[in-house]
Amino acid sequence: MNEQHTAKAFDVDLQDLSRMVAEMGGLAEKQVADAVDALAKRDTTMAQRVTAADVSIDNLQREIEEKAVLTIARRQPMAVDLRAIVGALRLANDLERIGDLAKNIAKRVIALNAEFPPPKLIRGVEHMTDLVLEQLKAVLDAYAHRDDNKAMAVWRGDEEIDAVCTSVFRELLTYMMEDPRNITFCIHLMFCAKNIERMGDHATNIAETVHYIVDGRPITERRPKGDTEISALAGMSS
Amino acid sequence: MTMANFTVPTVSNTVASTEGLVEKITVQNLDFFYGDHRALKNINVSLYQGKVTAFIGPSGCGKSTLLRILNRMYDLYPNQRATGTVRLDNEDILSPSQDLNLLRAKVGMVFQKPTPFPMTIYENIAFGIRLYEKLPKSELDGRVQHALERAALWTEVKDKLGANGQSLSGGQQQRLCIARTVAVRPEVILFDEPCSALDPISTAKIEELIDELKEDYTIAIVTHNMQQAARVSDFTAFMYLGELVEYGETTKIFTAPNDRRTQDYITGRFG
Repeated sequence: MNEQHTAKAFDVDLQDLSRMVAEMGGLAEKQVADAVDALAKRDTTMAQRVTAADVSIDNLQREIEEKAVLTIARRQPMAVDLRAIVGALRLANDLERIGDLAKNIAKRVIALNAEFPPPKLIRGVEHMTDLVLEQLKAVLDAYAHRDDNKAMAVWRGDEEIDAVCTSVFRELLTYMMEDPRNITFCIHLMFCAKNIERMGDHATNIAETVHYIVDGRPITERRPKGDTEISALAGMSS
Repeated sequence: MTMANFTVPTVSNTVASTEGLVEKITVQNLDFFYGDHRALKNINVSLYQGKVTAFIGPSGCGKSTLLRILNRMYDLYPNQRATGTVRLDNEDILSPSQDLNLLRAKVGMVFQKPTPFPMTIYENIAFGIRLYEKLPKSELDGRVQHALERAALWTEVKDKLGANGQSLSGGQQQRLCIARTVAVRPEVILFDEPCSALDPISTAKIEELIDELKEDYTIAIVTHNMQQAARVSDFTAFMYLGELVEYGETTKIFTAPNDRRTQDYITGRFG
């Protein structure tokens, strides 16, 4: 039994791909953390930095795609190698979307500018972010170590984020009903919360991909959902 | 809400879904010996009607040996013997009472190197037919044309049927050999690395041909080209050191094989 390919350059290609995906994951994590930090501190300079940094994630995605296509053309990969390459493409896609969602939060921080949402409301969003960042870190770890169990734990863990999102939405709704002047920033915060919830979905996508890379079969089980109550409202914002 | 950006190839968990398929050839507990050397060890495998089964594995794993048993080619050599059963439509072809001429008419074979006879293109095809049937000239002409059409060679040779078969290009020669095989109306066609000496375009033509032929025949192909096995076959058998390691649907074998040895071989991690 052998871990290495007879053609050593093929191993290097696959390692490069994994490394690029890991790098992209690190960048995405940082963007998410920074965007929400900027929101909590109402720091528009930081928000602008996040907006500008998104391009490096996009560039990495393009590089991963090029590398993957070239590797497929050159090596005609089979089985676990084919799955690793298709998986890298999918991960790059999800991470790029996470980057976009972080950028969108940063843009809202810039738009909010003079508005001052009560810190209590932002804490709900921060709590969601902590959960999502944990999920993201765990799933990138699962990818790096090809750890199916860890990936599946992330896949099942999305429920909690959905539940917190529901309570944040409810809180924001109450606030908007209290005073129409709250509507503007509440709507922005709602979108931020929804963005973070979407990041959680991308983390579960990644978990599914890791499972596919390791196991070779897609997941057939149904994922537990925590946001059934507000599905109509959630549908409005996506 | 999750969103898949890519469609992940669906692979079933079962070894092979063979429901509704007809077993054309069934190999059971097959052992094969070259003198004292046991080249095949307890092989169990089925070839299904209208399907292509690919045999892959490193050199010397026994895949060509297995193919040569299916039309008793080994009978031509002393000191070679097979034990177990190989049933073709429920008839044991290993039985000493098996009529070998009849068997080889039913189970045709195409080899690695094109082997046209040193005669005209027409005669290359007609020769085989005459061995089994006495036909009037007009009917024979029709059979020759039909065989050449089936082998996708007719349009290229119809104006030079009197030319020597060996004057054709390598790819054409191989298709001539396929036509020769098809002409005697076999039920099973065995391909032993039919494209290893051909350029990519001739290879594509042969693969296209296999795809068309499988509607009417049961096909087995031995190939060293993994992509070719993945392209042309419905089922794949991986052999190693005389054993059948894994057998299953081709889509499954090439995306998510069960056995570690299969995976190491098809991904190029062997030895």
